Amino acid sequence: MGLIRRPAAAISILWIGLVTLAAIWPSLLTNADPNNQDLANILQGPSWSHVLGTTTLGEDVYARIVYGARPMAVAIVFALSIALVLGTIGGVVAGYLGGAVDGFLIRAADVLFAIPGLLILLVVYSVFPYNISAGMATFGVILSAGLLRIVRSVTLGVREEPYVDAAVVSGLSRSQIMTRHVFPRIRPVLFVQAALIAAIVIVVDSGLAFLGFGPRPPQPSWGGLVAEARGAIFRQSWLLIPSGAAIALTVLALSLIGDALRDQNTAAWAPSKLTRQRQKPTTHVPALRPEAIDAVLDDDASALLSVTNLAIAFGDAADQLEVVSDVTFSVRPGEVVGLVGESGCGKSVTAASVLGMTPGTGRVVRGSCVFEGREMLTATAGDWAAIRGRRIGFVSQEPMVSLDPTYRVGHQLREAVRRHQKCSRRAASDRVIELLESVQLPDPVAVAKRYPHQLSGGMAQRVAIALALAGDPILLIADEPTTALDVTVQAEILDLLRRLRAERQMAVLIITHDWGVAADLCDRVVVMYAGEVVEAADIHALIAQPLHPYSVGLLDSHPERSPADERLVAIPGNVPHPAHWPTGCRFEPRCPRSIERCSLNPVAEVHIGPDRRVRCIRACDGGAPR
Amino acid sequence: MLRLIGRRLTFAIPMLFIVSFLSFFLVSLSPTDPARVILGPYASQEAVEAKQLELHLDDSIFGQYWRWLQGALHGDLGRSIVGGGDVTTQLNARLGATLSLVLVSLGVVAVLGVGLGIVSAVRGGVIGRTADAISVAGFALPAFWIALLLTSFFSVRLGWFPVAGYSTIDQGVRDWGRSLALPAFAASLAGVAVVSKQTRASMLEALSRDYVRVMEANGFSRRSIVYRHALRNATIPVVTVMGVFTVSLLGSAVVIENLFAYPGIGSLAASAAAQHDLPLIQGAVIYFTLIVIFVGLLLDISYSLIDPRVRVH
Repeated sequence: MGLIRRPAAAISILWIGLVTLAAIWPSLLTNADPNNQDLANILQGPSWSHVLGTTTLGEDVYARIVYGARPMAVAIVFALSIALVLGTIGGVVAGYLGGAVDGFLIRAADVLFAIPGLLILLVVYSVFPYNISAGMATFGVILSAGLLRIVRSVTLGVREEPYVDAAVVSGLSRSQIMTRHVFPRIRPVLFVQAALIAAIVIVVDSGLAFLGFGPRPPQPSWGGLVAEARGAIFRQSWLLIPSGAAIALTVLALSLIGDALRDQNTAAWAPSKLTRQRQKPTTHVPALRPEAIDAVLDDDASALLSVTNLAIAFGDAADQLEVVSDVTFSVRPGEVVGLVGESGCGKSVTAASVLGMTPGTGRVVRGSCVFEGREMLTATAGDWAAIRGRRIGFVSQEPMVSLDPTYRVGHQLREAVRRHQKCSRRAASDRVIELLESVQLPDPVAVAKRYPHQLSGGMAQRVAIALALAGDPILLIADEPTTALDVTVQAEILDLLRRLRAERQMAVLIITHDWGVAADLCDRVVVMYAGEVVEAADIHALIAQPLHPYSVGLLDSHPERSPADERLVAIPGNVPHPAHWPTGCRFEPRCPRSIERCSLNPVAEVHIGPDRRVRCIRACDGGAPR
Repeated sequence: MLRLIGRRLTFAIPMLFIVSFLSFFLVSLSPTDPARVILGPYASQEAVEAKQLELHLDDSIFGQYWRWLQGALHGDLGRSIVGGGDVTTQLNARLGATLSLVLVSLGVVAVLGVGLGIVSAVRGGVIGRTADAISVAGFALPAFWIALLLTSFFSVRLGWFPVAGYSTIDQGVRDWGRSLALPAFAASLAGVAVVSKQTRASMLEALSRDYVRVMEANGFSRRSIVYRHALRNATIPVVTVMGVFTVSLLGSAVVIENLFAYPGIGSLAASAAAQHDLPLIQGAVIYFTLIVIFVGLLLDISYSLIDPRVRVH
């Protein structure tokens, strides 16, 4: 098991092993008799003859702890087995059958869940004194409620999986499906819960023993030992330590094992794509990539934003994965530039890095990013505070989740306004209404009073745009601002962006995979593929005559562009994972025009006239391939 | 909001019936005869039988439950077998102490648990790791043991706090606080652990949300993003966890109250159980269930204050 490799988990397993041994075969761990009283030597501290000292009756504390493991183990076995059986069966049945059965079981579990278990146990022990099996059976029933809920939710998840549908179609009975398909998915969850339930049983059972509802004296029990220590608290405090420590260490060990198992499950069921890829020995050696590709400067000094030879990597220095390796483009004042490409080409990461916000472990490893004449890669937190929101605004893809659901729209906008300019609450509120008007929301006063969940997608995106405009930015970065919206709403939002740009003389950098959006809004487009810019051109020039085979493929696969009577052409293959980028031209494996030379060396960008560059060695071999 | 309270109550009423019937049923299984317990081992058989009739022990369990229920609905939970006193009066006399302990503990859990969770989510390094360690230890250390260690150090050795007992709030807030400090701290430790773990998880989750990125990109201050926006969203699941913890808090209250000779319902229930005083312990079960429902109601209200999606549609 992988658990052994984690030191905390390994030590915990060892400890639980020892406790189990003590429960099964206590005489193996000690020669002393736990009930051997020695009234001449009571309440001693640790010594050679009594490693952990003696009790108020002179019994050996170590022996009493060793022998006290058994009643504890019996209690756990009773409560745990009942909880596991009831909780699992109930949870699977409720989750799989649904309907009235589910309704009844989940309500029963709710009631059980809200019952103070220890008190019910007091009733049981008061009716059946010292009857551990009755008490722990009751406790098992109470504990099964929590397990039932968890198993039910896992089952609900499994039921939706296609392979369960397939099993239904292939004629397996319900009980067969439950045992064969559902149970294996629940098993790992059960292990985690078993460890935690055992921990809870120890806490409650020792608490009961402490109150005097444990094994009948003079039988040893851990909780009883703590009670004894309490009685002697004014005479000697040492006895407190071993008795409580035995309980605490066992509970701690069980909860650590539970945590470790849980981590293992999450790792098994939800692998992170990046980490999984990085564990593979990759052929990708970043150092071999020539950095000496000349800085392509198609920018004049008047550019508002110029990104030059930008490279972004994820992971730590020793094991890094480059996801963007040579991106150069610029945005002039008032201009709309589109970053176009398939998902995974690095366009969103590039845009995020312009705001100094590369996600996760990502960071810029090479290149430069100059905004309004200042290098942003070395910007401090103070510099960013002056830029984000005030000079550059940002609109994200999913309008419904880009606003805080717990505050009113007006509140969030007012916070943005007051962050960017010192003004009274009153003035800020007026400004919020102005902003909402400027994004053409009808009845801005009412909208300001709403919560985000009360808005439609289109309205929410208008609010998000208003939020980005609160600081009067000179550049708006919009990451797929229309992707999540209905087609009609998309057109409205594009209209709005076009109008805002004209009114405010604001530059826009729009990230999109949609040529329709690019053609509708952009002055220029920068096409990205596998972390590189493959072509940059004026939008009209590019649509009229795309030079890079990838641009050609992308344009041809757009439904509005290809002739109605022809089939849509898709580019064969997929964008490769960054770990598997070819050394030569990155598009070469999918390229219809590739020749041998393409895969030899990295391809540099070539300037073709002002404002136009392309990364293809065959770009000048007789125009665009059709 | 009203709908929320309504829903809580429609859950609460059947729950009271079920819990009371359950404890009634358990008690009916008892091999000991209450009449015999009251009269003692030397009473004559005739006297015991007369007592049985007086207590309606010859009725069926449903008949007995119905009789008990009629009384309970009028606030009469019967008489204690051992002391003979009125159960409702005895429990009412101790309700204040238990409610103080429960509510103060929940307050400690909310403040310390959420605080530690935030520290652990936002701060790395030594501070973050310490917060993590506290939350692991808090779950593992049994409340009664911690209580004893604290007593042996702060009360027995340093004399800062009383070793046992409770002084009501009208005897002075200072003494009230001193008598509550150790019991409430010990009772809340497990909750601090659970809540800080949940806060950490939901805080990290909230910080990975789109709106956090959008706010950051649009220049909101980090403090506002973390402590106003992410925190408010992160506390929503924390409230649920607090509700779950309340149930186990009442369990540890029994042990803690007993340990501190604290005059609450829990310690009364423990001694009633030891003496087989079934009407009294049944009453305690009802009171504890009522406390669970009451705290649940408080949590529902805070839930709807935090999350507008609960109250506005």
